[in-house]
Amino acid sequence: MMSLKEIIEELVLETVSSVRLTNRPVAGGYAADLLSCAMKGAKKDYLWVTLQSHLNVVAVASLLNLAGVIITEGNRPDPETIARAEEEKVALILTPKTTFTVVGELTLLGVRGEP
Amino acid sequence: MAQVPKFTKVQELIYELPIERVMKKDVVKVTPDTSMTELKEILRLNRISGVPVLEGEKLVGVISIEDLIKALVQGDVQAPVRKRMTTQLITVLESESVVEAVKKFAQYKVGRLLVVNEQGQLRGILTGGDITRGLLETISLDYHAEEISRYRAKHIFEDIISDQTSLILRYKVKAKDFKKAGNASSKLKRALDRLGAVPEVIRRVAISAYEAEMNLIIHADEGGELTAELQPEVIRVTAIDHGPGIPNVDQAMSPGFSTAPNWIRELGFGAGMGLMNIKRCADSMRLESTVGKGTRLEIVVFLRQESGEQQTPDEERGPQPS
Repeated sequence: MMSLKEIIEELVLETVSSVRLTNRPVAGGYAADLLSCAMKGAKKDYLWVTLQSHLNVVAVASLLNLAGVIITEGNRPDPETIARAEEEKVALILTPKTTFTVVGELTLLGVRGEP
Repeated sequence: MAQVPKFTKVQELIYELPIERVMKKDVVKVTPDTSMTELKEILRLNRISGVPVLEGEKLVGVISIEDLIKALVQGDVQAPVRKRMTTQLITVLESESVVEAVKKFAQYKVGRLLVVNEQGQLRGILTGGDITRGLLETISLDYHAEEISRYRAKHIFEDIISDQTSLILRYKVKAKDFKKAGNASSKLKRALDRLGAVPEVIRRVAISAYEAEMNLIIHADEGGELTAELQPEVIRVTAIDHGPGIPNVDQAMSPGFSTAPNWIRELGFGAGMGLMNIKRCADSMRLESTVGKGTRLEIVVFLRQESGEQQTPDEERGPQPS
């Protein structure tokens, strides 16, 4: 099983918060931009890929104990969101790539969607 | 169906704990010009089995008790350390997590690793024993502090005697305040954790409470109130607002049905999945609504899960019709 840190290095991703926690192991992945869908589909220690970058992404990630959130298509969270992510110890990771591309790359690294 | 891997506290820690937190910082060093005889005394007095060799600030080698024994056998004890030391250095970065050190111990079968910073300067030394001690200390520190507050919280129901004790947590939820969205459910989740509820129950309550909280924020004219009533056996989460009310409750309950305006949908809300998610997570739910008056949503989750056979509602149920 890969750690978040290894994934960040392999995919050359940018981290904006809680870098210390990037050593967490990643149990699986989930992608959607609707928060309720993430609530349903993402599980503890999963990596969530979304183009949403607002404050509620942090709330969902924290409630579900996700390993981290990859925010795609160059969307950047505002400082308030980053501050909240630090507070809630949620790793926010950024990439200019699309969700489709990132999910493809994650799959090649062995990150699976279904348990 | 394969299981989602679960991690133990120790597994999490070896990924999270940086090497600098467990390494020995007080390192005994020798120079390349130290003689093997002097080395013997240094190892004996410090009760250690190896030391790094430094030329000024520069790490140039490592010498161990094994090298010393070989020198003794060959009658070469007057030689300087420079001649007998190992120059192939196995190092780890101080900022790396302990798991990297564990991997290197397994890979190189060495007794100690040299810990360096990004510039390659020696910062400490690490043995398997240091890792074990560091893990135990961290676990015991975390455990102790958390255990005290948990102990107090957990026994609240035993310490206070009544015919029926319940703890009520109330959270005000403001309409359209997306900045604070999720705050109430986060606080509730933390409270349940403190009270010692099992993680699966916490997750189900947290998801239900989050969706109920979001409904108040998105739909209720003036926001509303999220209440959690905790009893020894059951948690009852209630979301109450004073309008606008739901015209057709059955329709509201059908997956994908949403009345959220576009700007809210663009934020990722209003998938029409909220009530479905609650139903999936709750042991029972009741939704009552009167147009013009308001809505009352009651969610019940039992704290004790049935042994073994009872599967968690969402993980084991087949695919939902959509």
